[in-house]
Amino acid sequence: MPGRLEPEPIGRRDFLGLAGWWSAGIAIVGSLLGMARLPKPRVLDEVSARFRLGAPSDFPPGTDTEIAGRNVRIVSNQEGIRAMSLICTHLGCIVGREADGGFSCPCHGSKFDPEGEPTAGPAPRALTWLAVSQSADGTLIVDKDTEVSAEEVYHV
Amino acid sequence: MESGLNRLWTNVKALPRNVRDSVMRHGAPTSDRARSQAVFGNFFLHIHSVRVHPRSLKLTTTWALGVSLVSQFVILTVTGVLLMVYYNPSVELAYDSIKDFQYVVPTGRFIRNIHRWIAHMMVATMILHMARVFYTASYKAPREFNWVLGMFLFVLGLAFSFTGYLLPWDQLAFWAITIGANIAASPNELAAALDLPKAFYIGDIQKEILLGAGSVGQGALTRFYLLHVMVLPIIFVAGLAVHIWRIRKDGGLAHPGGNRTAAGKGVGTSDARPLTPAEQPKKTYGLMAVVAGTSPHTGKDLDETVSAWPSLLRAELAVFMATMLIAVALGLIADAPLREIANPMVPENPAKAPWYFLGLQEMVSYSAFVGGILIPAVVVIGLGLIPYLDREPEPSGVWFSGPRGRRIMGWTVVFATITAVLSVAIPVKFGWLRNWYPDISQLVIIVFNPGSLLTAAYALWSLVVIMRTRSTRLGAIALFTCFLVGFLILTYVGTYLRGPNWDFYWSQADWPVH
Repeated sequence: MPGRLEPEPIGRRDFLGLAGWWSAGIAIVGSLLGMARLPKPRVLDEVSARFRLGAPSDFPPGTDTEIAGRNVRIVSNQEGIRAMSLICTHLGCIVGREADGGFSCPCHGSKFDPEGEPTAGPAPRALTWLAVSQSADGTLIVDKDTEVSAEEVYHV
Repeated sequence: MESGLNRLWTNVKALPRNVRDSVMRHGAPTSDRARSQAVFGNFFLHIHSVRVHPRSLKLTTTWALGVSLVSQFVILTVTGVLLMVYYNPSVELAYDSIKDFQYVVPTGRFIRNIHRWIAHMMVATMILHMARVFYTASYKAPREFNWVLGMFLFVLGLAFSFTGYLLPWDQLAFWAITIGANIAASPNELAAALDLPKAFYIGDIQKEILLGAGSVGQGALTRFYLLHVMVLPIIFVAGLAVHIWRIRKDGGLAHPGGNRTAAGKGVGTSDARPLTPAEQPKKTYGLMAVVAGTSPHTGKDLDETVSAWPSLLRAELAVFMATMLIAVALGLIADAPLREIANPMVPENPAKAPWYFLGLQEMVSYSAFVGGILIPAVVVIGLGLIPYLDREPEPSGVWFSGPRGRRIMGWTVVFATITAVLSVAIPVKFGWLRNWYPDISQLVIIVFNPGSLLTAAYALWSLVVIMRTRSTRLGAIALFTCFLVGFLILTYVGTYLRGPNWDFYWSQADWPVH
């Protein structure tokens, strides 16, 4: 009786048949995997997330400006300048300013306080604060890809 | 004497008849047998059975919903191809080409109206069709798989609708893609709540594959266009073909008393009795295909079926013409909606999806991941599994499985209505966890939201019904009714009671004025 070390010999035709099925299967699965790779882009073509804001003097302390076309809000005080994204952290709609200084989202009703902290609705986290820097000529630059903490203030 | 020219002339005279005979392999059928053979032998007709039970032809058996859906799909295909003649899937020109349909293209406005309205009608009809099949227990063995296929086609139908209303590239389109892609990315929400490392953020990959970019733009439009006009139709047609073919292979339409199927798998098949001498076959030839059992009965059909040609074909044509009539009427009465051109800076307020997604939008307004992915997946999988979890042998084709089922359904409607209304009213009136405990963990907020609690209440109710009645069929009726009622109520709330910032308003007249 053949034991574990002496397995039942497999017939030549059975072996060739199985080999055929397995190679066809592997070839098909392999090509499907190869094809599945195609739709995931290697390069994301889009405009730079960094944009030039303007001179620091355009944002004197005490101002609170929404930058048209950028969905960014600039808060300036004695300590410096901060930039907050107006894209809702729930599903990406643009939040609007409320009379109390907070924000609310038109799509699913998330509400945020003036510091961007969620107060109601489905938003899972606070509106994001963005990195502010300055170029060599002194122009302020906001980088929408870089998130910073709400406490981080850019000193001009 | 016959010259070559004479012979040619004879052939020319016979040309129309010979061409017709070469195309139609049989002449016009004059007898039942010939008609049966025509249905059997014709490539386009052979999807029908040769003979059908008169009950299948009664309007009240199916309300013609399935054939109507096929008709709607045909209309959508034809009008869709026509729209593709001028539609241009580029972010610069898409909106203009829709405007062209409205103002320039001959019959363009009419054709687009029909395409849009029939697409809406198809979603509604799919739900009604599903309800008909469910309440008549027509998903029972041997039709379980066809129910699953139906669920699959339902999801595809919704995908058709979603990808379709993105193509005009108006405000609805842009923000629907934005929201849709972010729902695809919403597993990240859970990963973040669980503090998982970045490698678990599979949502980003899904979003990238959908959009072909980091944000909504040309890549997204190209991909959704491709899905709408190529990928989905191919999958849908294949699924539809199997769906229709399985109706026949599973024994035709379900009817009480069982079906005589070739496989003999019909439920409750009435038992065969020996033939009386008068019924004994006197001829030994005939069309054998129409009889079940082991002996060739001739001139005798226990099911009293009628020929598919002309009875079924006539009924199908009537349904198709009725659907066309509705399409034409809708196309003439109302214009398909078109919002302002897409503006990535400002969403509409409120930004509402078409009606069939407003229940979902209500769910998503509690949590993106749970409302947008988890609950829909649980509902679709739960409904798909019903035929496998409820296997009580009972005659298919009886509405609500009799008076007991009707009673259970009545109570379920009451329960489902109260819970659904509460799930909306409590958050509106008293707020939710974040209002009560501002520092509560995000994970708790994601998991315990009104939508997930409602779904759990529905599942629990069905379990209670199963325990109390000891019938899985009645439990299934409870579950399906719950989801149907929940869908209707949430859709109503989303459509009529939500205003700017998705706040609750009793009427649009109360909306704040800007």
